[in-house]
Amino acid sequence: MPDVMPNIMLDIQHLNVFYGDVQVIWDVSFSVAKGEVVALIGANGAGKSTILKTISGIIRPAGGEIFFDSQPIHTRKAYSMVEAGLAHVPEARRLFVEMTVEENLDMGSLKGAARAGRSNTKEMVFDLFPRLKERRKQIAGTLSGGEQQMVAIGRGLMSLPSLIMFDEPSLGLAPILVREIFNVIKKIRGEGVTVMIVEQNVKQTLAVADRAYVLETGKIVLEGTGEALLDDEHVRKAYLGV
Amino acid sequence: MTAPQVEVLLQTILSGLLLGGLYALIGIGMTLIMGVMKIINLAHGELMMVGMYIAYVLFSVFHIDPYLSIFIAAPALFLLGILLQKYLINPVLKVDAIIPENQVILTVGIGMVLSNIATIIFSSDYKTTPVDYATKAWYLSDIWKASPIELSLSLPWSVSFSFALMITGALWFFLTKTDMGKSIRATAQDKDAALLMGVNVERMRVVTFGLGSALVGSAGCLFIPIYYLYPDLGGQFTLTAFVITILGGLGSTVGAIVGGLILGVFESLTSTYAGMGWAPVGRFVIFLAALIFVPQGIMSLFTRKRFGK
Ligand SMILES: Nc1ncnc2c1ncn2[C@@H]1O[C@H](COP(=O)(O)OP(=O)(O)OP(=O)(O)O)[C@@H](O)[C@H]1O
Ligand SMILES: [Mg+2]
Repeated sequence: MPDVMPNIMLDIQHLNVFYGDVQVIWDVSFSVAKGEVVALIGANGAGKSTILKTISGIIRPAGGEIFFDSQPIHTRKAYSMVEAGLAHVPEARRLFVEMTVEENLDMGSLKGAARAGRSNTKEMVFDLFPRLKERRKQIAGTLSGGEQQMVAIGRGLMSLPSLIMFDEPSLGLAPILVREIFNVIKKIRGEGVTVMIVEQNVKQTLAVADRAYVLETGKIVLEGTGEALLDDEHVRKAYLGV
Repeated sequence: MTAPQVEVLLQTILSGLLLGGLYALIGIGMTLIMGVMKIINLAHGELMMVGMYIAYVLFSVFHIDPYLSIFIAAPALFLLGILLQKYLINPVLKVDAIIPENQVILTVGIGMVLSNIATIIFSSDYKTTPVDYATKAWYLSDIWKASPIELSLSLPWSVSFSFALMITGALWFFLTKTDMGKSIRATAQDKDAALLMGVNVERMRVVTFGLGSALVGSAGCLFIPIYYLYPDLGGQFTLTAFVITILGGLGSTVGAIVGGLILGVFESLTSTYAGMGWAPVGRFVIFLAALIFVPQGIMSLFTRKRFGK
């Protein structure tokens, strides 16, 4: 990566990650600038979720460094990441299924300024997803898949993050909902929040992303602007089926 | 049914509910620990025994009423629970051992050590706290002169029950209305997601073990005015708590309350109609029935079925 990139928010250097003896991430480096939407695309099992989990501290890298706002975070405790401004909306939503919608949102705002601004942020989330307001007292596990994804995104926003990472937010949703989710992501970036998104819905993702990286079996094989990758021969063959 | 028969039945159910309320409190403690740490705490009854000895010492040395001793025993047990979790159970949770359930085995060991220490200090004699209200009771005929049947409500039993109710209410408030309570529930439901929310999962485990110990310690203070105490009493209550936890569906606090009440009433019925000695058999029957017929716990009968989780 060029070191000249201004205002780097997230900087990943030579990341190597193992599950037991099996290496799944090989010397991965990339960066995300402030205010950007950066996508990470790749097939099943390429290691996308693993990278996000390593950034948020759930998995420890065997080698490499991760800088967030110029601070090294690869040695920080996972539970302290959200307070630093990093939100991770995990794959498969991972809601607290026995809690209400509202309690799930509360869980997103446990610390500091997020805690103080809880009721305001909640109103903002309800403006973004009016459906959640109607269902605020409903147990999250009984929501539809789309509604659950809205709660997961809302819960991530409740922490007032400076960087929010989405892991396959459109997975399993009907096309109309997918469009809604991508619209929300545009709105979020419009608020000045930096976005990192992992997706298999390559076409729509590249359309909203400023830049993207293509991950194959744990290695970054391509990078470029969203538009450039949409036109790239390899991407078109492997991910767009054209 | 003749009037005397109805009287016996109602009295039995009433006593069963009072007992069940106390059982619920014991069960909730184990259930909380189960939910957050995914281990069965087989030292649970022994922790209750420790609470009872604290109440006993406070009563016989300082003449402090057992109900007041809750305010000393609960914090003491909270501290004991925290220390046990932090310095014994947590280190064992971290190592990959030959036996996967070695934390559970560790809790058995903790229970044995606790009852041995109690034997050394207090001998194995039966102890009681002879409070002067021990035999006081209210009678239905006192308030309803013309009542065709007579029912009695023992004063210490009803006070114990009321305390159990209040403690359960306070716990409910804590778990549903405070951020820490929500964090504990979140940890039980999805540990990694809780981490992503900024929950210090490790600390929640410690706090939960302390809380579970404090709850069962309080239950000890509620039991001692109506029960007797000896060092090995813990085992039977560990079993009771275990049955309630299974009945309630591993980790559900509401389930534990319902489970406690069911077990209390069932035991009361078996002692009345089959004889005192049959109560443990009744408990065992409930246990087997729960495992066979409602393996997800009784609350699963009331909630909507879901796939996944
Ligand atoms: N907990 C784990 N233990 C062992 N191997 C794992 C574990 N989690 C993931 N893996 C392996 O690591 C590799 C990368 O997995 P990862 O979940 O990061 O892929 P992904 O790109 O997110 O895939 P998908 O698009 O299917 O979500 C896969 O080969 C997977 O089998
Ligand atoms: Mg994935």
